[in-house]
Amino acid sequence: MATMHTRSIARLMMAPSVILLLGWMLIPLSMTLYFSFLRYNLLMPGMEDWAGVFNYEYFVTDPAFVTALVNTLVLVGSVLVISVGGGLLMALLLNQPIFGQGIVRLLVIAPFFVMPTVSALVWKNMFMHPVYGLFASLAHGLGLPAIDWLSSAPLLSIILIVSWQWLPFAALILLTALQSLDEEQMEAAEMDGASAVRRFAHITLPHLARAITVVILIETIFLLSVFAEILVTTSGGPGYDSTNLSYLIYTQALLQFDVGGASAGGIIAVILANIVAIFLIRLIGKNLET
Amino acid sequence: MKLSRLLLGTCAAVALTAPALADTTLTIATVNNGDMIRMQKLSGDFEAKNPGIALEWVTMEENTLRQKVTTDIATKGGQYDVMTIGNYEVRIWAKQGWLLPLDDLGDDYDADDIMPAIRQGLTYEGTLYAAPFYGESSMLMYRTDLFEKAGLTMPDDPTWSFIGEAARKITDTNDGVYGICLRGKAGWGENMAFITTLANSMGARWFDMDWHPQFDQPEWKAALQYYVDLMEDAGPPGASTNGFNENLALFQSGKCGMWIDATVAASFVTNPAESKVAEDVGFALTPHGEGIDKHGSWLWTWNLGIPAGSEKVDAAKAFIAWATSKAYTEMVAEKDGWANVPPGTRTSLYENPKYQEAAAFADVTLKAINAADPENPAVEPVPYVGGQWVGIPEFQGIGTAVGQQFSAALAGNITVDQALQNAQRFTEREMTKGGYIQ
Amino acid sequence: MARTLTPKRKVAFTVLAWVLGLLIFFPILWTVLTSFKTEGEAIANPPSFLFFDWTLENYTEVQERSNYLRHVINSVVISFGSTAIGLLIAVPAAWAMAFSPTKRTKGILMWMLSTKMLPAVGVMMPIYLIFRDLGLLDTLLGLTIVMTMVNLPIMVWMLYTYFKEIPGDILEAARMDGAQLGQEILYVLAPMAVPGIASTCLLNIILAWNEAFWTLNLTAADAAPLTAFIASYSSPEGLFWAKLSAASTMAIAPILILGWFSQRQLVRGLTFGAVK
Repeated sequence: MATMHTRSIARLMMAPSVILLLGWMLIPLSMTLYFSFLRYNLLMPGMEDWAGVFNYEYFVTDPAFVTALVNTLVLVGSVLVISVGGGLLMALLLNQPIFGQGIVRLLVIAPFFVMPTVSALVWKNMFMHPVYGLFASLAHGLGLPAIDWLSSAPLLSIILIVSWQWLPFAALILLTALQSLDEEQMEAAEMDGASAVRRFAHITLPHLARAITVVILIETIFLLSVFAEILVTTSGGPGYDSTNLSYLIYTQALLQFDVGGASAGGIIAVILANIVAIFLIRLIGKNLET
Repeated sequence: MKLSRLLLGTCAAVALTAPALADTTLTIATVNNGDMIRMQKLSGDFEAKNPGIALEWVTMEENTLRQKVTTDIATKGGQYDVMTIGNYEVRIWAKQGWLLPLDDLGDDYDADDIMPAIRQGLTYEGTLYAAPFYGESSMLMYRTDLFEKAGLTMPDDPTWSFIGEAARKITDTNDGVYGICLRGKAGWGENMAFITTLANSMGARWFDMDWHPQFDQPEWKAALQYYVDLMEDAGPPGASTNGFNENLALFQSGKCGMWIDATVAASFVTNPAESKVAEDVGFALTPHGEGIDKHGSWLWTWNLGIPAGSEKVDAAKAFIAWATSKAYTEMVAEKDGWANVPPGTRTSLYENPKYQEAAAFADVTLKAINAADPENPAVEPVPYVGGQWVGIPEFQGIGTAVGQQFSAALAGNITVDQALQNAQRFTEREMTKGGYIQ
Repeated sequence: MARTLTPKRKVAFTVLAWVLGLLIFFPILWTVLTSFKTEGEAIANPPSFLFFDWTLENYTEVQERSNYLRHVINSVVISFGSTAIGLLIAVPAAWAMAFSPTKRTKGILMWMLSTKMLPAVGVMMPIYLIFRDLGLLDTLLGLTIVMTMVNLPIMVWMLYTYFKEIPGDILEAARMDGAQLGQEILYVLAPMAVPGIASTCLLNIILAWNEAFWTLNLTAADAAPLTAFIASYSSPEGLFWAKLSAASTMAIAPILILGWFSQRQLVRGLTFGAVK
């Protein structure tokens, strides 16, 4: 039914989104690209001259660069594993006819509504603080020494905080997917004497594959640019132990006010993000094809 | 009763949502320190005296504030009419022509009353570019009760080696008392303020006269090793994430035997409403190395300035004059007591017998401020002015990165030598990039 | 889902679910409780759970320091405004993609999503400069535009996957009856699409409400939303645990309540085409 007429209408309908997003992407990106070739520091105006690949060279050879790259991947990977794993467990539980199911569901999704800044502040001060935090009180009560979470395990602490925020999201989507599972198929399998584990592996998991893919895709988009949680809790430290790529660029842009260097970092991050995007599109292409 | 106050507050807020009655609205960017929050609470007085001017407050944490005002002023964004800035920024910004001169703040302002050391830090080529709201140097605060219990006496002018011994002696981890609390949170205005002060007073310096970083020198090694060892033996857990505020909270709740930090802390730790140990605090000068006549040259002021190109200059000047005047000081004294007035800016305050009586720390504060020498902060000659910071634009970035390394050393993640090596390499890179090292 | 469990299992699962649920919710509960304590009690060791002198003084103090209501209004304007504008742009696009797909549709969709992967801080300075020149810094309009653009890809995608599940036969039938495009949308599509649109809106409001980079960097006073409000409480001087808790509670309460009341609606559409 896709006639020429409807096709041009369809184009017309897509135009605003495409044009706006193209503008939103291209204008700043081309400016960033331009800045990345300049020696441009906000604190020293009037000195903007052509610098060639100087900024790129400095950014890539920055001792923090490789660490930041690794940290970014570790952060994204771990949070994905924790939130999808935990979310799956939570979804399976919530899918059972338990008492007070609705209330438990409310409790579980709550962290998703909390703004990242608040959750980072709360975790940092009320839980992970080595003197006043609740974890320290607990350790004290058990006669153990208090752990200073943010300096002895900075990346792990951030992974915990971020996972806490994203687990509810995964649980929600997976729960919705579970509820559409074909009940008869399940019962038939049960009749045939398939064990719970087998039923899970052969019926539930394949059914959830698409949902899991979606969770991974959306979470990756947000996790690649985790920033507020790091700024509030560890400021990337100690050393570079919890610096990710976003945070490294941030230190260039807003701490050293080196617009040129930050732009070079931004371009590199864009390239990396696109590599991830291509990878994800492959993944989605396989799993989301209809 | 409290509920009704809350409701009242909410209603007032609704009314304030539309400050349309005023002709001029000043947007003031400030830091969320106690003294500034008090200023905000008292600002009704200014608005009453200046009908037609309404105030709009943007209160932020220090680093956020710095980013936002710096971005705004460098790009001429024009979002703020009055900015709260440090003395580090004032001269760098004045040189760029970003700030308006503040030579004429009215007849009764008495600019000559501003302490000379403070005033000089805000003057560029003979012109004042910002008005100081409060000023600080560093001092040592200690618990007299704990010292007595341990049979120790604090000298007026202690050395670092004495502090080391005393701190280890006082520490009683079972009781939750740590001998000394020092800054460890990475940042040029956090741990580096203290560590640079320590280094200055132990004979180290940031750069030689050719701008080569000096972290490979023995003085730095000695200073950093001293700091890391001391904190390991006598510091609180998690010291590498403690900044000024965290240490203040620790000291106020009685967890620290000693604390070396900004002099402004003195009024908070002696305030019985906030501090459990208010009655037992003694003060001394920042310690110094054996045979070295430097106390680190810590000198910091929070100042109010007006960005060049502002369209509300007269109103902004009126506000700055109000906030940094003698009359403001008296108003705070009347409302909250003399011990709570913003310290460290005016000579007349330290000559005021009522202040001397109310503030046990007045004398040490004055001595500490006068001992600071921003032109010659280190024992050896240096190409920069400064103190607990170095007066070049690149310092924010470098200081914070170096602070990260030292913070990691404090946390025990890397050794002192590694930290110094990394600091040296990073600083050399940045100084080369900035064109200082040819 | 009306599967039956043995009573024993049901109890076991119930207990497990409640324990995990409470554990996940605990940080929020603890924050709310702490906000009613005095500063001294907030850091007491061992901490008291319920038996302390409940006080509202932290809320009074927070209100005295910042104009809470105004930040809430700004947050509402920005998140709801950007959602409304986003909807106007995204619905036609998603509709076109779902009902007149071409070879490039998937590619365009993925490209849109990839724009969300740009690190905001990398393009912050250009946006800042453009906004300065257009006079959009610290304005609700400017922030609404940014939020619209930031969340547009997610909106398009979510709507697209939802629309795609609407059976095409119905549209065919409507067309056979001679329905015009407008009627097609209004009478056929809209009723079926409402749950998906509602859920998209909710998710978008939540994302816009909690966004903390642009909202913080492009505002000063006039347009500052709740994210900026909470920024002024990160580590102020002295003891601040209770005040921080009060401010945190105030910052998350509106969206949490909205989220809770509409969670069924949110969940129903939150499938991104994952359920098939």
